[in-house]
Amino acid sequence: MSDGILVDLRVIWEALVRFFGLEALVLVIGLVVILAWVQVNALFLVWLERKVAGHIQLRIGPKEVGPFGVLQTIVDGIKLLGKELITPQPVSWLLFILSPIMVFTPVLVAFVVLPFGPHLIIRDINVGLMLIFAFGGINVLSILMGGWASNNKYALLGAIRSVAQNVAYEIPLLLSAMSVVVMSGTLSMQGIVEAQEGVWFIFYQPVAGLLYLIGATAETNRAPFDIPEAESELVAGFHTEYSGMRFGLFFLAEYTNMFIVAAVATTLFFGGWRGPFLPGPWWFLIKVYILIFGVMWVRWTFPRLRFDQLMNFAWKYMIPIALLNLLVTALVMKLVR
Amino acid sequence: MQPVIAQYIRPEVVAYAVFFFVLLLTLGGALIAVIPKSIIHNVFGLATSLVGVAGLFIYLGSEFLAMMEILIYVGAICIAIVFAIMLSQPMHLQIPPRLRPKVFFSFVVSLVVFISFTVMVVRTPWEQAVRTSNDWGVKRLGTLLLTRYELLFELISLVLLMSIIGAVITAATASSEKAPGSRDGEEDGV
Repeated sequence: MSDGILVDLRVIWEALVRFFGLEALVLVIGLVVILAWVQVNALFLVWLERKVAGHIQLRIGPKEVGPFGVLQTIVDGIKLLGKELITPQPVSWLLFILSPIMVFTPVLVAFVVLPFGPHLIIRDINVGLMLIFAFGGINVLSILMGGWASNNKYALLGAIRSVAQNVAYEIPLLLSAMSVVVMSGTLSMQGIVEAQEGVWFIFYQPVAGLLYLIGATAETNRAPFDIPEAESELVAGFHTEYSGMRFGLFFLAEYTNMFIVAAVATTLFFGGWRGPFLPGPWWFLIKVYILIFGVMWVRWTFPRLRFDQLMNFAWKYMIPIALLNLLVTALVMKLVR
Repeated sequence: MQPVIAQYIRPEVVAYAVFFFVLLLTLGGALIAVIPKSIIHNVFGLATSLVGVAGLFIYLGSEFLAMMEILIYVGAICIAIVFAIMLSQPMHLQIPPRLRPKVFFSFVVSLVVFISFTVMVVRTPWEQAVRTSNDWGVKRLGTLLLTRYELLFELISLVLLMSIIGAVITAATASSEKAPGSRDGEEDGV
């Protein structure tokens, strides 16, 4: 019985492959899975964040809707969908509407090159790592777009803070990633995982790993680097004027960005999908969610930094250390080879 | 093996469609970068145009250059936008009208640049990218930059060095003029 269904499925699959071609089919299915995954991942992460925050602050967090409150975020999501999309009168409406849509582009593009398993990758481009970092810049651009178009001083201040911070922390982020690239000799995500056979790069590159994690926390605008949306100073930062699902898109993008930076960290420093007993994708997800848990732990433990402290830390400490690290790595690799 | 759909939608047609879309992005973005009066819209138009240029690089077979185009130009445009925000009027104020001689003068200058570039492009005997090389990946670009085009590479680093020195001098003199003996930022409030 079940065998018959399997045979039917295979026949349908082969017919589809013959009609559309394997590459196009993988791309379409991959994009659909990504879109679904983004939602499920955000639902889970928001719930996890509330639970983690609750337990760190000696509360319980959500517990009413569903077992352990797992359905709470779904209910919140439905509430957001039902809300009115308010467009304030004096905004620059085209940029105002474009911004939440554009903030999603880099998120979707990054998923194309994330290696979930030995064969589970939509497309292994030979400049995969650059692709993720390059489109990360569009993220900042759209935050700035939304902040300016809102015609609101809090939104604009939040957006400008976000740019200053992202520009400062992107440099150590890129430099630490470059040390890994120098070691593995490739920019392809799958190639970097393959280069970590035996020993993870975090053991060769502890400094770069630490710099990457700090920079990634700053890139995702999370505490202690959350001055772009500091509630006590700026209401809600760049998305102050957004309501309903437009705000929801910013929110989704933020949590998906967390997943992406953790996934890139896993690929660069923690051996990607490598691990014993379990199949690759399981290891990949376990490592990613452990890293995300660490980021959440940091958020609910440390207070927000002041702006000048933040800038000084990036420009005076992180960048020189990252440069030195890259230099030493290159030198050692030259001597070893 | 060609998939069946290739008989109905030919791959060349798709490639052409993508090419013209990229061209539209480049030229449309360039127009937005020039025509609207709001400087913010101009800068976003410039960013769109540069994304189009990145698309052209992909079309020429160099994904690395395309990524660098987006990373450096589109990413750095953000900073340009911050400056543009400082230069722009608040939204409720009227944007001042353009001065006729200024528009005319910029038109003449860009026309001269356009003509000289066009003459150069038309006169150069171009070879097809495929014929010169199939591989424009990171390794080949790096090798070329450090062997055949090493002088250019050195010149670029010289320009960057000069601009860094310039920035340091500007920052040093500006801060000493404003507040003699000012403390370092990190020691404030400790």
